[in-house]
Amino acid sequence: MSAIADPKAPRAPRARPSRLTTRGNTELYGWVFMRASGVILLVLIFGHLFVNLVAGDGVKAIDFGFVAGKWASPFWQVWDLLMLWLAMIHGTNGVRTIVNDYAERDGLRLALKVLLYLAFMVVVVLGTLVIFTFDPCPTDAPAALLPSFCTA
Amino acid sequence: MTATLDAPSAAPVIPSFDVTLKVRRYLPGDDGTGEPYWDEFTVRAHGTDRVLDALHKVKWEEDGSLTFRRSCAHGVCGSDAMRINGRNRLACKTLLKDLDIKKPIIVEPIKGLPVIKDLVVDMEPFFASYREIMPFLITTGNEPTKERLQSAEQRARFDDTTKCILCAACTSSCPVFWTDGQYFGPAAIVNAHRFIFDSRDEGAAQRLEILNDKEGVWRCRTTFNCTEACPRGIEVTKAIQEVKRAMITRAF
Repeated sequence: MSAIADPKAPRAPRARPSRLTTRGNTELYGWVFMRASGVILLVLIFGHLFVNLVAGDGVKAIDFGFVAGKWASPFWQVWDLLMLWLAMIHGTNGVRTIVNDYAERDGLRLALKVLLYLAFMVVVVLGTLVIFTFDPCPTDAPAALLPSFCTA
Repeated sequence: MTATLDAPSAAPVIPSFDVTLKVRRYLPGDDGTGEPYWDEFTVRAHGTDRVLDALHKVKWEEDGSLTFRRSCAHGVCGSDAMRINGRNRLACKTLLKDLDIKKPIIVEPIKGLPVIKDLVVDMEPFFASYREIMPFLITTGNEPTKERLQSAEQRARFDDTTKCILCAACTSSCPVFWTDGQYFGPAAIVNAHRFIFDSRDEGAAQRLEILNDKEGVWRCRTTFNCTEACPRGIEVTKAIQEVKRAMITRAF
């Protein structure tokens, strides 16, 4: 069969664009979230870096006692939780858009996204668990390593 | 000063030069398969010639099978967008003297659209996106008996995006469009912008709804390839951002 069609023959009607409509505000909210969380993360991360590395004794002060002392205060719990969640959602959404932009094959795109969401779940669940269930004064640890408020 | 016949003033002589075109050729067989290959042609070009003139010379004097689109040949119809030395431009607006003629000039079809033959691509996916944003005036109520009036300021609001000639140079320069061709593309958004910001049009909400899609304006990564590629100098990325802003102010 020749592939060359009769140019005068009426053309077959074009199929509707194969694209399924994927309308909705999801991408809009995602776009706004990226901007908003980016601004908040700037404050959170640089605040975190300053408190940990510059203020007081600087980087030399970091040990178990320092971290345990921070996580004993609800303020730093909320700060770190917010930083963890915002950074993870921001980063995951960013990688998701990159996967959408660059992975051409459907199977590859799906696999990469499954991996991405899995990694997201593991880090967020584990991180949240650590922040809330953290024990600053484990028993039978040398008192010198513990924060000052631990009285064994 | 009037022109005189007896004094042919010494007009500066415009030099001619040899120019080599390296053209991406593709000719599918009856079964629709075929491998693209590179072809080189060397032609004598006048100093004021454009890439299109060189292509004409090849087609008319060397190889009549070279296939490309062109219609008006003066940068208005938007038929001869192609990738020249790696940049999307109109062959009829690109002067040879502005390119490096010491090296072969690389001419390829625009990227992201299926090639039919040589430099001719299937524009249908491009026009399908264009049709989807409804590029026509939408109004309600009775038709007025006179023109729909508009102030100069109201006209200036969307003046930039009225210049589009649908050559596809922007859409086929967009890396997001190259990936899967599902993205609406800058040209469709520019033409939506032309009506969304037209004070006489009442279909803005519908058009914003259409472009508020997973494959709509939110896939724009503001790489500015489109703005750079536009042969009409439309600030394409700016127009896309204005549509985004209109959507956000509508949603919140």
